[in-house]
Amino acid sequence: MSDISSKVVEIIVDKLGVDASEAVPTASFTNDLGADSLDTVELIMEFEKEFEISIPDEDAEKIATVGDAITYIEGKKN
Amino acid sequence: MKLRRVVVTGIGTINPLGNNIEQYFENLEKGVSGATPITHFDASKFKTQFACEVKGFDPNEHFDRKEARKYDRFTQFALVAAKQAVQDAGLTDAEEGIAEGIDKDRVGVVWASGIGGIETFFNEVTNFAKGDGTPKYNPFFIPKMIADIAAGHISMKYGFRGPNYCTVSACSSSNHAFIDALNLIRWGKADIIVSGGSEAAVNPAGIGGFNAMQALSTRNDDPATASRPYDTGRDGFVMGEGAGALVLEEYEHAKARGAKIYAEVVGGGMSADAYHLTAPDPQGAGAARAMQEALKDAGLKPEDVDYINTHGTSTPAGDIPELTGIQSVFGDHIYKVNISSTKSMTGHLLGGAAAVEALACIMAIDRGIVPPTINVTERDPQIDERINLTLGTAQKRDIDCALSNTFGFGGHNSTVIFKKVQ
Repeated sequence: MSDISSKVVEIIVDKLGVDASEAVPTASFTNDLGADSLDTVELIMEFEKEFEISIPDEDAEKIATVGDAITYIEGKKN
Repeated sequence: MKLRRVVVTGIGTINPLGNNIEQYFENLEKGVSGATPITHFDASKFKTQFACEVKGFDPNEHFDRKEARKYDRFTQFALVAAKQAVQDAGLTDAEEGIAEGIDKDRVGVVWASGIGGIETFFNEVTNFAKGDGTPKYNPFFIPKMIADIAAGHISMKYGFRGPNYCTVSACSSSNHAFIDALNLIRWGKADIIVSGGSEAAVNPAGIGGFNAMQALSTRNDDPATASRPYDTGRDGFVMGEGAGALVLEEYEHAKARGAKIYAEVVGGGMSADAYHLTAPDPQGAGAARAMQEALKDAGLKPEDVDYINTHGTSTPAGDIPELTGIQSVFGDHIYKVNISSTKSMTGHLLGGAAAVEALACIMAIDRGIVPPTINVTERDPQIDERINLTLGTAQKRDIDCALSNTFGFGGHNSTVIFKKVQ
C-alpha cells in the first residue's frame, strides 16, 4: 500500500470510527461506512490538511469511495 | 380544565460531587466540597485557578469515538445524566430499547443550558484566528455548539418524538426547563418529559470571561473553602460543571405502570428583576415574586414549605437580597424552614445549577436528609441569626415540601416547588 493510501485509510478509520479492514477501495463513505453529509465534509477537510492540497467543492462531490479519495489525492500529489 | 399532576419518576446526574446519584447524595450528605485546582486547561495565568470539575470522566467509556467527537462536553454530560434518569424511570428495557407501553410520540425533552458549547466555539474561533483568514471551520462546529443540541441528541438516542427544545436563562435555565416541562404535561402536550440541564464552561473562555466580571472567587490557596455562601469572607462563586436530569411524568401514567415516584412537581414561578445586567434587586423583590408565583401555582401557603434550596452563589452582592426576598414571602415561618445553598459543595453549574439543586430537594423529600451549607466560619452578621442555614452538617428531617430558587444574569428569576406525593 502506498503512503497516500495508508494515510487515507488511517484518516477514515479515525473520523468514521470504522475498522481498517472495512475501508477497502470500493467502500462508499455514505453507503458502506456510515458517514453522513457532514462526516464527508469533515473527511475532505482532513485530506486537505493532511496532504496540504485544496479540494474544490466540485471535485469533492465526486469523491464517494475510499478508492476515489486515494486516486484523487495521488493525482494531486504527482 | 383540571390540570394533570406531574411527578418525578427518574433521576440522574454527573457533577463535581459524583458521577451518579448515589455518589452525589452521599457527598451532599457528608458536606464534601467539589472544588479542586483546574486540570482541564492550563489556568496558571488566570485570576482563578480552581473550579468544581467533574472527576474521572472519560467520554470514550460512554460513547464510541466517532460519536464523542461530535458532542461538546455539555452534551456529553447531558447524555450521561439523561441515560441514568431514563433507566431509573424504567423507560428503557434490559437491552436499552424503549420499554413496552411507552409511546415515544408522547415523550418530550426540555433540556437547559446557559451557554451551550462554549468550548467548541472557543476552539473553532481560535483555530480560525491562527490561520491566514481562509475559513476552515469544522462542519460539526455549529451543531456541536448550539445550546439546544443536547435536547436534540437525547431525542435521537431514544426516539422520543414529543416536544423538544432548550431553555436559556443563564443560571436560571434548568428551572425554566422544569417549569415548561411541568406545564406541557399538565396541559396534555406530553405524558413524559426528560428534563434538566447541563453546562461545561471550565475552559479559558468561561473562566476568563467570568473572571473579567469579577464574579469568581480567587481563593486559590484553599479551593475547598472558596464557595462559602453567607460567610463574611465570600468573594465570588466557584465555577462548576456537569448535568442533572429528571424524568417528569403525568401522575396517572406513572401509577399505571408502577413507576417509583420520588416527588411531585407542584408548581413553578417566574419573574424578572428589570433592574441590572448582573446585580440582583437589592431587596430581592424579583426573587420574592418568583417564589410567590410558585406558591400560588402550587396552591400552597408559605407555611407548607419545609426546605429552601437557595440560589446562594457565594457572591457578596447576591446572597443577602435572596434571603431578604425569602423573608418578605415567608414572614416568621422562615425560622422554621431549613435553608441551604448546596453550591457551597457543587460550585455553580450555571445553566445546570437548578438541575442538580432539584436533585438535592428530591434527596431531602425522598430520604429525609437536608443537605448542608458548608464553609461558613463567620456568618454574615447582616443575616437574621434566627434563620437556620443548615450550617456545616446535613440535618435529618421529614421534608414534605421543598422549594428551589435560581436566578440568572439578565434578572431572570425562577422557583420550582417539589412535594411528597399524597
